[in-house]
Amino acid sequence: MSESPKNPKVGLFVTCLVDLMRPSIGFAALKLLEDAGCEVVVPAQTCCGQPAFNSGDRQTTRDIALQVIDAFSDCRYVVAPSGSCGGMISRHYPELFHDDPGLAAKARALAARTFELVSFLTDVMKVEEVVARFPRRVTYHDSCSGLRELGVQSQPRKLLATIHGLELVEMEENDVCCGFGGTFAVKYGEISGAIVEKKSENIVASGAEVLLAGDLGCLMNMAGKLSREGKTIEVRHVAEVLAGMTDEPAIGAARDRDS
Amino acid sequence: MSAHATSPQFKDNAHRALQDTQLQKALGNVRHNFIERRAQAAARLPEFEALRDQARDLRDHVLAHLDLYLEIYERKVTEAGGHVHFARTAEEASRIVVDLAKARGAKIVTKGKSMVSEEIGLNAALERAGIEAVETDLGEYIIQLRGEAPSHIIAPAVHLNQEDIESDFRRVHTWLPKDRDLEAPESLLAEARATLRAKFLASDIGITGANFLVAETGTSIIVTNEGNGDLTQTLPKMHVVVASIEKIAPTLEDVAGIMRVLARSATGQDMSVYTTLSTGPRRPGDVDGPEEYHVVLVDNGRSNMLGTDFEDMLRCIRCGACMNHCPVYHAVGGHAYGWVYPGPMGAVLTPSLIGVDQGGHLPNASTFCGRCESVCPVRIPLPKLMRHWREREFERHLSPATVRSGLAVWAFFAKRPKLYALSARIGIGLMGLAGRSRGRFAWMPFAGGWTKYRDLPAPQGQTFQAMFKRQRGASR
Repeated sequence: MSESPKNPKVGLFVTCLVDLMRPSIGFAALKLLEDAGCEVVVPAQTCCGQPAFNSGDRQTTRDIALQVIDAFSDCRYVVAPSGSCGGMISRHYPELFHDDPGLAAKARALAARTFELVSFLTDVMKVEEVVARFPRRVTYHDSCSGLRELGVQSQPRKLLATIHGLELVEMEENDVCCGFGGTFAVKYGEISGAIVEKKSENIVASGAEVLLAGDLGCLMNMAGKLSREGKTIEVRHVAEVLAGMTDEPAIGAARDRDS
Repeated sequence: MSAHATSPQFKDNAHRALQDTQLQKALGNVRHNFIERRAQAAARLPEFEALRDQARDLRDHVLAHLDLYLEIYERKVTEAGGHVHFARTAEEASRIVVDLAKARGAKIVTKGKSMVSEEIGLNAALERAGIEAVETDLGEYIIQLRGEAPSHIIAPAVHLNQEDIESDFRRVHTWLPKDRDLEAPESLLAEARATLRAKFLASDIGITGANFLVAETGTSIIVTNEGNGDLTQTLPKMHVVVASIEKIAPTLEDVAGIMRVLARSATGQDMSVYTTLSTGPRRPGDVDGPEEYHVVLVDNGRSNMLGTDFEDMLRCIRCGACMNHCPVYHAVGGHAYGWVYPGPMGAVLTPSLIGVDQGGHLPNASTFCGRCESVCPVRIPLPKLMRHWREREFERHLSPATVRSGLAVWAFFAKRPKLYALSARIGIGLMGLAGRSRGRFAWMPFAGGWTKYRDLPAPQGQTFQAMFKRQRGASR
């Protein structure tokens, strides 16, 4: 890819979960991207198509992918606060159209411009540090798609290290799946529950007060397990902390009555 | 007859496995030991990643020219004085072995560890013919005492704890004095060894699997850690190798290359303790070896995989790394998968061999975390292949009706951004209000699979797109 311009036009792919469940992550991403100099637009969008893709419904996946390809066609980059949705666009869209060279070329072009948020900040925009304060002991879970499809591992840790007061403690098996797996969590709820139970043990054993990760699906799974077990560990998307936007109640936490 | 499958009852199997405290204790060993050892072995070898590429390419080459190499292999075995039998199905393969045994008047056969013999239900077929089959790999011997199938392709008894094994020995080895100490694994091993020694000496036929069949020389190769395979194949008068057709390697040199990733991926050893090569029966002047040497080559559905999306699966060299690294396998163990091959490789192979109508749960019961693919020595894209099975199921309307209709409703909105935005705003607004005070839901309609095992965090109450439009709508 040629050298990036200083103020590239970035299409924010909010992801359906952030759009519906936790818009504050979207605003944190917006702030981080704008602070890095990006001009951010938010084309009308629904979902990346992963639920259909992983359920074997290729036709619906293609329809949705075409919608996304079209909506973000004039963006220099597409950035998602999720390794899972970012991976879907950048790794899987091209394989959807292997029987149609024209569409495959379009899918490849979008794929090459699509990034997960934190790795985009460090690897493309060359962000070295963020200006934020968070005097807490945190642990970071590596979500699977970001880690194994996109190689997101050192980038969030690098930026977290620049936050005032933040102490990062690694948990055991931080690179092991939390058991979310999209529809897997509902279709095979019992197995998913057993996997997240192990994850929860590792989170608690780390001694961290706050759990961070880069994917809201995994975060909701882990937050849901921790709260069901009566644990008081705060769960947040890494973008919220990097942007210094942690006023909203944590994931699964009650809103203060008077707010 | 192929081994019986309980894969359609995967969910029930998994439920029982999760309630089984002894099993859960035993599974803890998989979760840690195998993973750490593999990681260390890989780290010790700078060219490990390059060797994986090489192993993948070699396996692909073999599959692209399988007919050619099988013919060469058959010729070389025959030239060495052995016999090759081709078996299209599990039934045919078992029948060939049973007929060979009957022709020799065999009463007892000893067996080295072989997954394909599990696949074709060989022990049951021998038993029906009145022939005693004795497993001589310690893990296989233990599960044979229990009447169980292997729960792991390289560690068949990994679902058991030492105390389970001790009680099985006392139950079956009735001659053991009560005060005989069986606490230490070594004493169990000594007891098994003493019992098996008599069987080795009485055995009429030795049956082994094969890790590799070498086309260049007509050689079959097994890699083991216990040496039982050597006694199995050299003591009796007849050696029968049962192997699936894709085990071919062109040359010994090629085998040497693949072996560098096999044991490292499997147990973290640089090499297994024994690597044993057999080429034909005993020649004049040989100090040991069988009088007769037979190879039964099992297809049983594999040639149907060639040239399809699932051909990549035939690269598999049965190291077990995928299941060692699988969170679902760690949770439920191997028996829950309900047929011969568990874990991610089983989730792809089982539907290929017994049909997706039987094995359909397996490729669905994955989080697609991708850890299996990241450690596979021959780089099989396991999640992608599992997804291909989901596509086949969807096309054939085999996916559950609830899933299909849920997906259809979701897709209707996901394909209509404006309608989606409107209904999302309303739906999330209501859900946000309902969950506002506690911040989470302990129960949610249509999401019982989620809320039975964990809370569902409540939404903040507005959609990002609506809020963004309100804040900046005019300028964007």
